Amino acid sequence: MAPILECVDLKKYFTVGYEDFRKRRPITVKAVDGITFTMVEGEVFGLVGESGSGKSTVAYTVVGMYRPSSGQLLFRGQNLFNQQGKRPLHLKKEIQIVFQDPGSSLNPRQNIRQILETPLRIHSPGSSYLERIAQLLEMVELPLEVLYKYPQALSGGEKQIVAVARALATEPSFIILDEPTSALDVSVQGKIINLLIRLQKQFNLSYLFITHDLSLMRNVASRVAIMYLGKICEVAETAEFFRSPRHPYTQMLLSSIPVVSEEEEQLKPKKVQSHGEIPSPVNIPSGCSFHLRCPYAMEVCARVDPAMVDLGGGHLVRCHLYPG
Amino acid sequence: MSAPMLLEVKDLRVNFKVYGGLLTVLDGVDFYVTSGERVGMVGETGCGKTTTMKAMLRILPVPPGQVASGQVVFQGEDVLKMSQRALHRVRGRGMSMIFQDPTAALNPVFSVGQQLGSAIQYSGFDGRASGRQVRQAALAALREVALADPDRLLNSYPIQLSGGMRQRVCIAMALATRPNLLIADEPGTSLDVTIQDQILRLLHNLVVEKQTSVILITHTLGVVREMTDRVYVMYAGTMVESAPTRALFAQPMHPYTRALMQSVPRLSGGGMAEGIPGRIPDYLNPPPGCRFHPRCPSVMDICRQQKPPGYAAGDGHQVACFLYKEQDGSNPGVR
Repeated sequence: MAPILECVDLKKYFTVGYEDFRKRRPITVKAVDGITFTMVEGEVFGLVGESGSGKSTVAYTVVGMYRPSSGQLLFRGQNLFNQQGKRPLHLKKEIQIVFQDPGSSLNPRQNIRQILETPLRIHSPGSSYLERIAQLLEMVELPLEVLYKYPQALSGGEKQIVAVARALATEPSFIILDEPTSALDVSVQGKIINLLIRLQKQFNLSYLFITHDLSLMRNVASRVAIMYLGKICEVAETAEFFRSPRHPYTQMLLSSIPVVSEEEEQLKPKKVQSHGEIPSPVNIPSGCSFHLRCPYAMEVCARVDPAMVDLGGGHLVRCHLYPG
Repeated sequence: MSAPMLLEVKDLRVNFKVYGGLLTVLDGVDFYVTSGERVGMVGETGCGKTTTMKAMLRILPVPPGQVASGQVVFQGEDVLKMSQRALHRVRGRGMSMIFQDPTAALNPVFSVGQQLGSAIQYSGFDGRASGRQVRQAALAALREVALADPDRLLNSYPIQLSGGMRQRVCIAMALATRPNLLIADEPGTSLDVTIQDQILRLLHNLVVEKQTSVILITHTLGVVREMTDRVYVMYAGTMVESAPTRALFAQPMHPYTRALMQSVPRLSGGGMAEGIPGRIPDYLNPPPGCRFHPRCPSVMDICRQQKPPGYAAGDGHQVACFLYKEQDGSNPGVR
């Protein structure tokens, strides 16, 4: 399978202030600090992490809202950031995004027709868009009546479906889903996720699926990556990932999930109990950034940042417990 | 029931007056909590969980809200009829509450010590304690919630703390006055999953140790399963099902509870359920009869006309659904 997105040692630093006003020594937040992954065509790649781990920064960089500090992003072999200035339109058309909160990502002063028309106007200029809009609404199973409604008249779930339709309007091949259901109730979550999965199969879309909900990830993604403080600490195929999580942080995350059945309880690693909090990304601990919370921390962890190790079968882990 | 009754809410009805009419937000809510019991309250956004709690503590904004009828009997007294003076004794020492968003619950311009101190001073000591006494009590409260370096913490401001620490401060504040009943309104929802786990474990240990009764409000079914003895399921301002936690998760009975349970994505995989069709009803013109009937997969004619009373359906279940009419051995009064 051909790779659709290659991310090579991507870094994104933000300057949040200055330590010494006269010397202008910047205080930087290393939101994304060197991550590497490859996604293939038609894949649902899950990115999981706590708030402040940098997962949204990755999403925004891919979609072009941020310029990376260093590293490369290749989309079907083309560099997304090679030339100065704007990203060409044909690349923007291919990569779309659905944001977390549909309440704030839809313009409250535009009706649904106007919202869906904007991407069409930009990417396939013509005179009449109504037919295409009707087609889009049919694709996401919304009735035509919503055309002249405003976002506030729709429920949270319906709003998010409109956001999905807007992302589909440009016929993209790659969609970033940034926590698409975390602002919604569980009873509507299923509907949206099933819609997304159906669309993904129908159009062979690739999804970069970002969430903090591992139970959801289990049912959606084909491959999962865990981020902690701007770095990926474990990547594996979903089934393998949940069967044998390796990184202590992954084990901690899994053991923290509240579950609803005894069967699921059995799947949680027992030994690792969560303690401590994610440190501020301004002061990232030396060595392995997780060592302060890690139950297995060794002397070496505080000094040396571990390298990514392949355990076979595409299961990558970045931890001193697994020497190459 | 062996344990003595602590709180009993009977037929609580709350309306909100808005432009365009009257919203019947709580439509006859009944529940009880016994001493030392941990009760969960589950339901989707907008089903009236928080409104119930606010009405109980009388912190509901009036107007637009109004308690149309009902009783909130706490330790033998009706909170809704109490004088302000008596109410001050109940709040804090009788019941105290932890809110969902600790950032909004703490005042940003006062230090942790000032806020925690005044909570302790006025609801613990009736305003008669010395500064030293209050400080000692505050330090003890912070140590109890496993916060490091409480001395320094007293002088810091909420903005200097992380979300998890802020929630710990809120818990310390709520428990410092030794309440009989703690109301925890989504205590972990605004936090990360690992922090939520820590907060819930801490809360669990504290209430077990102190024998505090708890009402845990949440929309995460998994949290209820791990934290409570008994569960109430709410839908659109009504209690649709109550059961001991184990029984509820072993066999949910009300069609809404079942659908909700199926909607939760499973760690064991197996794909996603479709969820519940439709949306939560409009409170201005709620559907007649059972409020769930427009979304119910097993709707019958009677559901459209009458509001179902609570039927005892075995294994400790109380289900407000006509499907369980035949099974019912007792004879509940039809409302």
